[in-house]
Amino acid sequence: MSDVADKVIGIIAEQAVLDKSDVSMDQTLGDLGIDSLGLVESIFAIEEAFDIQVPFNANDPASSEFDISSVAAIVKAVEGLVAEQHA
Amino acid sequence: MKRVVITGQGTINPLGRSVAETLEAMREGRCGIGPLEFRDVDRLAIKIGGQVKDYDPETEFNRQQIALYDRFTQFTLLAAREAIGQSGLSFGGELAARTGVVLGTSGGGLQTSDENYRSVYEEGKNRVHPFVVPKLMNNAAASHVSMSYNLKGPSFTVATACASSNHAMGLAFHLVRGGAATVMVTGGSESMLCFGGVKAWEGLRVMSKDACRPFSANRNGMVQGEGAGVFVFEEYEHAKARGAEILAEVIGFAMTSDASDIVMPSKQGAARAIRGAVEDAGIPLDAVGYINAHGTGTAANDKTECAAVADVFGAHADRLMISSTKSMHGHLIGGTGAVELLACVMALREGVIAPTIGYEEADPECALDVVPNVAREAKVDVVLSNAFAFGGLNAVLALRAA
Repeated sequence: MSDVADKVIGIIAEQAVLDKSDVSMDQTLGDLGIDSLGLVESIFAIEEAFDIQVPFNANDPASSEFDISSVAAIVKAVEGLVAEQHA
Repeated sequence: MKRVVITGQGTINPLGRSVAETLEAMREGRCGIGPLEFRDVDRLAIKIGGQVKDYDPETEFNRQQIALYDRFTQFTLLAAREAIGQSGLSFGGELAARTGVVLGTSGGGLQTSDENYRSVYEEGKNRVHPFVVPKLMNNAAASHVSMSYNLKGPSFTVATACASSNHAMGLAFHLVRGGAATVMVTGGSESMLCFGGVKAWEGLRVMSKDACRPFSANRNGMVQGEGAGVFVFEEYEHAKARGAEILAEVIGFAMTSDASDIVMPSKQGAARAIRGAVEDAGIPLDAVGYINAHGTGTAANDKTECAAVADVFGAHADRLMISSTKSMHGHLIGGTGAVELLACVMALREGVIAPTIGYEEADPECALDVVPNVAREAKVDVVLSNAFAFGGLNAVLALRAA
């Protein structure tokens, strides 16, 4: 698992009040019991952890450029943003 | 119970420096939202707002006053001057003792907090101006109105976020209706458009970067505004005896709490407040011709509000009009209900319904007559004004034509 994935899963696990080992890549935030406020908090934590800007509008999460459909999607999106940041 | 009427109104907001200017802008569907102008705006992701532009406090207040008046207090005093001036009242003796001030604000003197935190934290200064506390306190505006006009009755400030001024006006209504006051100066004010104020809202990810488009399928969030609205609520017999011009009658008020979520609105909580205001007014549901919506332009509010209206009014929901003037002046947070009440009074007095501008695409979840883009002439006898705050606190007022 990449460093990014490990950190993102850590953030999501903390928000869901679960162990990292209980979070799997195919789960959605809904599966993990993370609501809209928890999502906004997770995105803030991700921005702080990686020093990136995440393009996300809570009014329409589905059409934001940032894919939050599953843990795997979030990890992939963060990896992309981190790569851009260091490009 | 006493009847309560409105005998004065005043405002300063992104659409104008007076009621006349504001109503003209609403009739024309003009937008007061534009690029924000203040220090460090380049560090914000959200760069638009309904700002009161080209405003110079020195043309309105002297140096000693400016040292004590945060921008939200200045706005309040300007709106109060217009409202009390229109009412024709002057306050001495018994009337002074029976007149009070209840105003809403959410952030109070937030600009003063912002400037002084910057000074001590960022600039490392170890001394602040001696009036920081009396300038930033939430009740500063209410107190300065009471001092400026010799109002010695019940006076306080209400802070319920986006419902602050509706709660304030509802309490003022109760005080006059119940006989505790003869006249109440009421409404609300807000001035959060500074770096810290907008930065905080940015964090919640509910702000639009381009426009406030309530009820439109492509809406993408709220836009903040600033300003004040102030009204004179007067006991009907008192107003009649002195031959005052009556602008409208306040006939009902209800407040409810969702008791569910700190930010997500609840259809049930909103519906109970709307139904409660109609019941308090003692009118049939189908008497309501227009609702000034809370209509923030967020995904969550607008669909919840429309569902609540549909629930309460049933088939009549399709016949009444509902518009959000936030599309024009932005969300004035603790002052928003007061500026929006101007649109309600305009509907009753002039038969002009303010539009929801920026409406581009129908949303099946907001399938009501939202008076899209263009003001409409229509005779209405009873109107409602909705306010639903973060924290699940709802306040709805009902007004009738004079």
